[in-house]
Amino acid sequence: MDFKLILFAVLIVSAVGLIIGIVLAVASALFAVSKDEKVEALLEVLPGANCGACGYSGCEGYAKALAKGEAALGKCSPGGEKTVKKIAVLLGQEAVEVEKKTALVHCLGSYDSTSNKMEYQGVRSCTAASQLHGGVGMCKYGCMGLGDCASVCPYGAITICNGVAHIDPAVCRGCSLCVEACPKKLISFVPLKEMAVVRCSNCQKGAEARKACKTACIGCKKCEKVCEAGAVSIKNFLAYVDAEKCTGCMKCVEVCPEGSITAFLPR
Amino acid sequence: MIKALVAVFLAAILTENYVLSKFLGICPFLGVSKKVNTALGMSAAVTFVMVLATAVTYPIYMYLLVPANLSYLETIVFILVIAGLVQLVEIILKKYIPSLYNSLGIYLPLITTNCAVLGVTMLVIEKSGENFGYLHALVNALGAGIGFLVAMVMFAGVRQRLETADIPKSLKGLPITLVAASLVSLSFLGFSGIVENMLY
Repeated sequence: MDFKLILFAVLIVSAVGLIIGIVLAVASALFAVSKDEKVEALLEVLPGANCGACGYSGCEGYAKALAKGEAALGKCSPGGEKTVKKIAVLLGQEAVEVEKKTALVHCLGSYDSTSNKMEYQGVRSCTAASQLHGGVGMCKYGCMGLGDCASVCPYGAITICNGVAHIDPAVCRGCSLCVEACPKKLISFVPLKEMAVVRCSNCQKGAEARKACKTACIGCKKCEKVCEAGAVSIKNFLAYVDAEKCTGCMKCVEVCPEGSITAFLPR
Repeated sequence: MIKALVAVFLAAILTENYVLSKFLGICPFLGVSKKVNTALGMSAAVTFVMVLATAVTYPIYMYLLVPANLSYLETIVFILVIAGLVQLVEIILKKYIPSLYNSLGIYLPLITTNCAVLGVTMLVIEKSGENFGYLHALVNALGAGIGFLVAMVMFAGVRQRLETADIPKSLKGLPITLVAASLVSLSFLGFSGIVENMLY
């Protein structure tokens, strides 16, 4: 009697399990999502950071576009050369060179050279702070050091040091998330080569810029005059370096009275 | 009849809220309630699974387990059914609403082990009687799901405000979340008695 009861219980449970199993098997066949094997293989190769540097909605979007042949090969800058080679093998195409670039903060306004105009006690976010009278710092163009860029960086390449953000070019994979995160638009891409870079974004006139920050570009045009390659120009009282023309002679760095142009040495 | 159904529905949402009064399903309540959007999606999935699970488990219990004198198998059979249903929902979502499938992520399979779903199906069996049939059970499950949604969305709102609040260091993170959860739960205890008064 007891034995029968146990057997019956086991039978009922296994019958319920069996029915559910059959229903699931039928459903999985019925609602099967046809997956493109090429997309799957490409997804394996891509870094999977879903950073959006390629301009597609994450790695899956780029993989789909690649599989359809709509996307160019060398768009994945975080993946770099290795990834492009693997993608090229998968798609049976020739590998193209990836443009190596790194993000750079165009501001040097640490607490040594500039100060805060208020004691900010609000939300620890640059976006929130920038809504308040143009930001926390004396320089309304400068880095506030609240770390919106650091918090979005998937690779941990950004550190906030002495009130200003620094990006380690060795760690940066060029995904452009920080470029979008910065409310002051201080971050832009520079190619990984020896060149001079302007580490200031202050467009105010010389006297006002200097009042705001000791390392601000005052637009004195010394760099423009000294540059033999014609790579440096002054617009809106702020120096710009054309990366393609810059030969890396660093004469502008030597001549800059403010120290706002610095040498960029990736290695 | 309709009055009784409305009473069951409202009771499941307010006085017998599965999250805030019975303390079931706390895991997704704390896990997915950071943003209102994901909270909405998760509660929609839970509601769907709750109603579906009750629709299947109630007849199984009444017409299979009770006649066979095996009502003690309730728990294991119900878990089996719920797990299968969640798999089914997953397969269908993947096919037809991939965006919702992606945004739910790990929490969809986790509904399998969500005690609120098991709680709804099992507690409704205890309630069942002459005045509480299959239809009542379904309405109860729907109400429980909506109650879950209300709790999740309300708490997501609370948590979004907590993010910008100045919280003492020792309470930051989970502690303040639990404190807030208990306060929200306390506020729901204020509903007790409402549904009974409405009925009689």
